[in-house]
Amino acid sequence: MKVIINGQPKTFEAPLNLFDILEQEDMIGMMIAVAQNGTFISKDNYKTTTIKDGDSLEIVAPMQGG
Amino acid sequence: MTKALTINDHHLQSRFFLGTAGYPSPDALAKSIEAAAPGLLTVSLRRESKAGKGQDFWNIIKGFNLPILPNTAGCADVQEAVTTAHMAREIFETNWIKLEVIGDDYTLQPDPYRLLEAAETLIKDGFEVFPYMTDDLILANRLSDLGCNTLMPWGAPIGSGRGLNNPYALQLLRDRFPGKTLVVDAGIGAPSHAAAAMEMGYDAILLNTAVSKSGDPAAMAASFAKAIQAGREAYLAGIIAAQDSATASTPLIDKPFWHQEG
Repeated sequence: MKVIINGQPKTFEAPLNLFDILEQEDMIGMMIAVAQNGTFISKDNYKTTTIKDGDSLEIVAPMQGG
Repeated sequence: MTKALTINDHHLQSRFFLGTAGYPSPDALAKSIEAAAPGLLTVSLRRESKAGKGQDFWNIIKGFNLPILPNTAGCADVQEAVTTAHMAREIFETNWIKLEVIGDDYTLQPDPYRLLEAAETLIKDGFEVFPYMTDDLILANRLSDLGCNTLMPWGAPIGSGRGLNNPYALQLLRDRFPGKTLVVDAGIGAPSHAAAAMEMGYDAILLNTAVSKSGDPAAMAASFAKAIQAGREAYLAGIIAAQDSATASTPLIDKPFWHQEG
């Protein structure tokens, strides 16, 4: 299945939950937050959030800001 | 020393709120924070990669152990701003959010209608909303009615360095909201601009570009810290009212050659 991560299409083998995706992206343990299709997903729900073909994920981290 | 500013039981060490963007190097950022000794730091969120750029930045910031005010910079619609705020709350473990909902790409002027809508949603979700807003009195009333305890009107467009474009409107907000925490956010270019806002009775100044893009960011940060403190002390001391005519400061009675009749 195709998943858009931070605007870039990536291919994964379904079915997967959000935790699996982050693990495959080497992002577990990083200071990040995630939105699925524009909706915030709390880290408590990573393992129970199913990722479907065509989903869009925004994965963000602290950055400089004014 | 002037009385410290307290927001939600956080006693801030300074009335200088400093942004963390656009410094020439991480070292320049760290030295500027040291020189500013700010009350809080503003930060943002951006897409992360496996390289973990955001983690390196956070390692610099967290060492200062200062209150963090995340922003929703770059958001132009309500859902984007709300989702960004929720992501910021989880990452930075704070319910404070500097709410930016931009309505115009050229001036980066906040969209007052979407700002109100996003603020209402976020306050219901338990956030302490610090709205980045224009200096409009009615907007200030509406945001206050929603439950915003702090209002942050712009001095001028972000990064413009123009200072206080509309001192009348800013003074009106101060006069009409005497108990509200008011922060001039954006547009400040020179320490004198910051001092002028503090002399009006503003509670704090939030700035970034005036320091980060200056010739010597750390030195400029120190200059702003002094100006903000000086402005606050002057406000508390009671600035004299301006008059149209001169009033001699030196007493004229018994001056040499004083002409006296009889």
